Amino acid sequence: MESLEGILSEHAFFKDLSPDHLKIVVGCASNVRFEPGQFLFREGGDADTFYLIRGGSIALEIFTTQKGPVTIQTIGPGDVVGWSWLIPPYHWRFDARAVEPTRAIALDGKCLRGKCDADHSLGYELMKRFAHIMESRLQAARLQLLDLYGVHN
Amino acid sequence: MGDKVLTGDASVQSPPSRVTSSGVDPMMPAPYRILRVRQELHDTFTFTLASADGSTRPNFAPGQFNMLYAFGAGEVPISISGNPADTNVLVHTIRSVGSVTNAMRKLRRDDVIGVRGPYGSHWPVAEAEGRDVVIVAGGIGLAPLRPVMYYVLARRRSYGKVVLLYGTRSPDDILYRRELERWRARLDLEVHITVDRAGGDWRGNVGVVTALISKVPWDPSNAIALICGPEVMMRFAALELQGRGLSVEQIYASMERNMKCGIGLCGHCQWGRFFVCKDGPVFPFSGVKSMLTVWEL
Repeated sequence: MESLEGILSEHAFFKDLSPDHLKIVVGCASNVRFEPGQFLFREGGDADTFYLIRGGSIALEIFTTQKGPVTIQTIGPGDVVGWSWLIPPYHWRFDARAVEPTRAIALDGKCLRGKCDADHSLGYELMKRFAHIMESRLQAARLQLLDLYGVHN
Repeated sequence: MGDKVLTGDASVQSPPSRVTSSGVDPMMPAPYRILRVRQELHDTFTFTLASADGSTRPNFAPGQFNMLYAFGAGEVPISISGNPADTNVLVHTIRSVGSVTNAMRKLRRDDVIGVRGPYGSHWPVAEAEGRDVVIVAGGIGLAPLRPVMYYVLARRRSYGKVVLLYGTRSPDDILYRRELERWRARLDLEVHITVDRAGGDWRGNVGVVTALISKVPWDPSNAIALICGPEVMMRFAALELQGRGLSVEQIYASMERNMKCGIGLCGHCQWGRFFVCKDGPVFPFSGVKSMLTVWEL
């Protein structure tokens, strides 16, 4: 059976993280599974975890009264879900629901926040990696806003 | 089109004569009869055409276009979206967005339209042999790339991995849905589809097509990428492809400008030093990259 350390070191998000930092992260990690339709988290809930997706698919959704749940983005293997655990007031801003049977590593955000406060070099390393994800998602959201495939584009 | 040798590169060629040496006026459309009209999407339809006088259609290469003439309404450039090997018919997928295409939308089986062409440069399908082929299409940009799929699938063993990444607005806007489903079921193709927005009943990907580029394994050291869609999509797709390790020389894009004559005569489609109708529409990205961010062009 593959160790958590092995899984995390192979995951794109933690690739090339120093062995010392990786050990700290492993201490906050656990394997989880989600069945289709099961929520990873709900809007407004306490954001104390984030997930590295290993297999399956997750839909990030916002519920609207008129349309019901609207999928903003789907997330798959190699992706990371959730950064609200980094930013006060640590509440989720959308829903995350499994579309397919999904395997993931859950990382305890509260635990990691404490470790990052104690070791700023770990905090900086994680912030750089999350900043990269945030930039990609922001860029994608901007492109989606353009309604690229409309008649006038 | 005659015997022009198409290389797929963006070299500037000399302006053509108004009348060819054979005495054929390149501005004279040939009558084609509509054999079939297929409604693809709410605003998009496909004509299957055959020469009205029974002659064979001219050969075309994937990526080329024809000027289609709705009599009494006008003429528009439309990419050829059919199979290059099917020499009996011409297939064009048309989105009704203006007066001419709206007039075409009203045409039915057995109606006749005018056809001039094929014109322009083509996708480098021969140069791609032995390499991975990554196709990134957005919206109706899938239409000019469908002939590439036909061409490559007819010679599947000559290519490495074949990856088709397709993005569109919503699940209702997926072009050639049945064909995509067939291709996706094949074990020798990687087909990934994403939509910009979807309701909770959609089980597929949601997000921009550029996000798919990093999801699929292929070999950037020996790949060629073909991209077609809205210009901003192509810019960002090219950036993602370069992020995966492709050089700009390995990327080709199909451009769209206001093409009128189709033969580099009128200048309507001038884009910097190029006439898109004659030097394009397919350009090596290395030749046009710097022009894509110049508003004045």
